[in-house]
Amino acid sequence: MFDTALSSSDLLFLAKGAGMTIIVTVISVTIGTVLGILFGVIRVQLGAVLSAPLTFFLDIFRSVPLLIQLVLANAFMGMVLRLQLSGFTVACMVLSLYTAAYCSEIVRGSIDAVPSTTRRAARSLGMSWAQDMRYIVMPLATRVALPSWIGLALGVMKDSALVYVVQVTELLKSTQILITRLQEPLFLLMICGAFYFLISFPLARFGGYLEKRWSND
Amino acid sequence: MFEYTFQWNQALARLPKILEGAVVTMEVALLSMLLGIAFAILLTLLRLSGSRPLHAIATTWIEIARNTPALFQIYMAHFGIASFGIHLSPFASLLIGITFNNAGYLAENFRGALKAIPDTQTRAGRSLGMSQLQAFRYIIVPQMLRISFLPMTNQMVWAVLMTSLGVTVGMNSDLYGVTQDLNALTFRTFELFAIAGVIFYVITKAITLSARLVATRLFRY
Repeated sequence: MFDTALSSSDLLFLAKGAGMTIIVTVISVTIGTVLGILFGVIRVQLGAVLSAPLTFFLDIFRSVPLLIQLVLANAFMGMVLRLQLSGFTVACMVLSLYTAAYCSEIVRGSIDAVPSTTRRAARSLGMSWAQDMRYIVMPLATRVALPSWIGLALGVMKDSALVYVVQVTELLKSTQILITRLQEPLFLLMICGAFYFLISFPLARFGGYLEKRWSND
Repeated sequence: MFEYTFQWNQALARLPKILEGAVVTMEVALLSMLLGIAFAILLTLLRLSGSRPLHAIATTWIEIARNTPALFQIYMAHFGIASFGIHLSPFASLLIGITFNNAGYLAENFRGALKAIPDTQTRAGRSLGMSQLQAFRYIIVPQMLRISFLPMTNQMVWAVLMTSLGVTVGMNSDLYGVTQDLNALTFRTFELFAIAGVIFYVITKAITLSARLVATRLFRY
């Protein structure tokens, strides 16, 4: 069982895949978080009725499988708009909006978690809306949001395994390519799984720790 | 406006086939959810058992389910198990993969729910003459399921979305698989997958809305 045909160049190939997973994740989570904060604040400011179109649009990303989102975006960009976009670009675009959809939900929830009395106190002390957001809401809401945001970022990393469908060779896809060649599925999948696990597990634990620590006060 | 001519008719003509796929998707999701709940209760029981090895088994299951991609888990259920000489059908692999994932996430939800149930209730049950298992079965589990009802509906939505991954292990009878086969026949990629997307959207909305309706009736008090 411990005999393997895995060579060092294969390991390099896997490492490249892992690098791709990380790059796609970092880009998507960064853009998605910025968009998510923007959308979340807009949704809170406008209220449920006025922001209904935005809510509906974002809800699509949470209700349709990511695989279909990727295929659709790819087909739309390539076949309908005739844009010559790389699979990487499409993957980052879709995953960013996917992240933004979940992130706006987190942002909305954490802004709502700031007691309205606290915010009114800030406003009656003469703070502007922007000051209230910056000095009162942001510090308090971040505490509520951060643990779930870590969970979201890890979720996006795991979901980035699906971008193979737009021809991006990330970790799981490169593993599969090697499986086809070496015919050692179990061994290769274990390496691949260990990589995801080693990134995800400590960060998830850290998120849990933050949640526990910050929920006490 | 577009150089591309949408041909919705061609795609809509295949709607009955796509809907058949939707039924399979719902079946897989529902089955994996029921099995997932059963295994999650078992995992919770293992965690509470007080035995170190059993606790370790449950924790390993839960942490792997939560910290690796669902697609990886489905690969494992298909190609991983195959290397032991057991060749499962795509349906079985998909079901095992999603069930494994569901059980892990649900067990974690149950753990959160358990914290909300006072320990004294088990002891009250015990002093009424129930065995440990009876107290768990009749006092803890019903409340646990009730508290984690909303997370469970979320997981159900996830299960539906996860069925689309079955295509990677050769599943071609579910909603995504059927759509992909039709795409290979007709090349109306955008139209077909847009229809599949709408159906997925309707299914997930139906789940969340009906769960909300059921919840208001069940949990009035």
